Amino acid sequence: MLNLTKEKLIEMYRKMLEIRLFEEKVFELYAQNLVPGTIHLYTGQEAVAVGVCSALRKDDYITSTHRGHGHCIAKGAELKRVMAEILGKRTGYCKGKGGSMHIADFSVGVLGATAVVGAGIPIAAGAGLSIKLRRTDQVAACFFGDGASNQGTFHEGINMAAVWKLPVIFVCENNLYAMGTRQSLVMAIENIADRASAYGIPGVAVDGNDVLAVYEAAVKAVERARKGEGPTLIECKTYRYRGHSRVDPARYRPKEEVEAWLAKDPIKRFRERLLQTASLTDAELRQIEEEASAKVEEAVKFAIESPHPAPEEALEDVYA
Amino acid sequence: MRKITYREALREALREEMRKDPAVFLLGEDIGRYWGGAFKVTDGLAEEFGDERVRDTPISESAIVGVAVGAAITGMRPVAEIMFGDLVALAMDQIANQAAKLRYMFGGQAKVPLVIRTPFGAGVNIAAHHSQSLEAWFMHVPGLYVAVPSTPYDAKGLLKSAIRGNNPVLFCEHKLLYPIEGEVPEEEYTIPFGVADIKKEGEDVTVVATLYMVHKALKAAKELEAEGISAEVVDPRTLTPLDKEAIIASVKKTGRLVVVSEDCKTAGVSAEIAAVVAEEAIDYLDAPIKRVAEPDTPIPFSPPLEQYVISDEKAIIRAVKEIV
Repeated sequence: MLNLTKEKLIEMYRKMLEIRLFEEKVFELYAQNLVPGTIHLYTGQEAVAVGVCSALRKDDYITSTHRGHGHCIAKGAELKRVMAEILGKRTGYCKGKGGSMHIADFSVGVLGATAVVGAGIPIAAGAGLSIKLRRTDQVAACFFGDGASNQGTFHEGINMAAVWKLPVIFVCENNLYAMGTRQSLVMAIENIADRASAYGIPGVAVDGNDVLAVYEAAVKAVERARKGEGPTLIECKTYRYRGHSRVDPARYRPKEEVEAWLAKDPIKRFRERLLQTASLTDAELRQIEEEASAKVEEAVKFAIESPHPAPEEALEDVYA
Repeated sequence: MRKITYREALREALREEMRKDPAVFLLGEDIGRYWGGAFKVTDGLAEEFGDERVRDTPISESAIVGVAVGAAITGMRPVAEIMFGDLVALAMDQIANQAAKLRYMFGGQAKVPLVIRTPFGAGVNIAAHHSQSLEAWFMHVPGLYVAVPSTPYDAKGLLKSAIRGNNPVLFCEHKLLYPIEGEVPEEEYTIPFGVADIKKEGEDVTVVATLYMVHKALKAAKELEAEGISAEVVDPRTLTPLDKEAIIASVKKTGRLVVVSEDCKTAGVSAEIAAVVAEEAIDYLDAPIKRVAEPDTPIPFSPPLEQYVISDEKAIIRAVKEIV
């Protein structure tokens, strides 16, 4: 299995679980009216964030999106501070100024989530340019959805990164729907990865529900980027379990389609593979599951017990 | 003191800051060795600093600013050039939603030391897509600073401050200012943001003007002087932050205010300055505030049409005489 150590595999499984349990908890807290505003949950897409971030170093960068909790957790953000931010608390990553759609943790390279679809693409390219000018061997990974690939920023940002050979991994999470709009209604192609050829860079489409497939593609892209050979576009085909946002029951998706994707659950599949091929026992996995669950509970407790910001803090942090 | 042009003053600021700090780099369309910038501000810089730091870009305004934002939040100090001010519309999300807001949204984690230089202004018959004055748009976006230098001295000092600062700056130039000469010392200096400059002292009326309008206001003041009216010309130099104290202090002295700016009158630069004085200093006014600004039209092409919509010194003199 890609010569991955047992520790690495366990770490990947742990992260995927933490994201899943975290997101389910966010949904629960929302139902209890503890979450202000809206939420865009990452459940179902865990293999993408974890597969990509497992190929990165701590000093590498990522940019994230409105559906970004999973990216941040996978890159190493602390669960409790993500949860506190989602609840609008002062102890959150953004001191309550950003919320669910704007988590950032610069200390682990999370350059923040932008909620303008596609806006992070040139920003990630800019982080890549910064790396190139500073002559480090970092890379920047840019997460965005299928919908973002129809924005002008996709074209402008990837073209610039390609012509300047910037160390950027463009990760398109194709969950088949841009809000409620099915991909086939807004694109005449099936593989968004095909668009890479227009920029003269490699484009690969992978099973986004197979964490090892995502990881393998990310490792190749990262190697290429670190060598100064330029960006790669990785399209991860995946599916979100919940609706677009908290008001969305996702009735536009056929039941059979949802069921087919649930059967390809990334966590269940990875668990089975770990049991079959990585000499992990069920007991070991159960222990990881319990630990992840405890960590999420701890995050919830921390977030709920944290204070709200003082109202006048609204006036701070506008300028440096 | 030696005299150099506004264009040369900007170039000196860029050159000096690039020599001083390797994090400073330039990007924009045709700014490099083949063209030197549409208005030649960056001419010769690629030869000194190389193509990596004086970077020609594709025609992709949104990505020019977006890439600059990404570089700024990861330790660089980019200076992006948007060839014409009108084209900032193409980069508006990256300016208004990203550059301006990242620091705030992320609870102060990000610093965005980014300068976006762009020329505004009419007067050279290039019509509605190359002539607007859109400074007021950016006054409406918290998180941005807006600089509006009118002289070579101010241009150099403000650009150096903009590059050294840690906030995104919309650095508004005016295409008629580039060839204008003015005194600029050889030695190092910077000009802080938020400090207005009294370009001419006077007693009877305060004329607040920005960019090229400062020069028209000074001409108007000279003509008024001959008629016995003493006008004080106040140049805010930055619109955000706005030196309200200096404007109000002048109004307290003169009791009268004319605000001159080249943008459209409705919700424009002059509207904000007039509102500040009306709100905070109305008791010192002896006459209504007058505004000299463009009618609410796009900038037309044909010379008589363009001249009609852009105020000249006569319009400033007329406005002054209505209240003095």
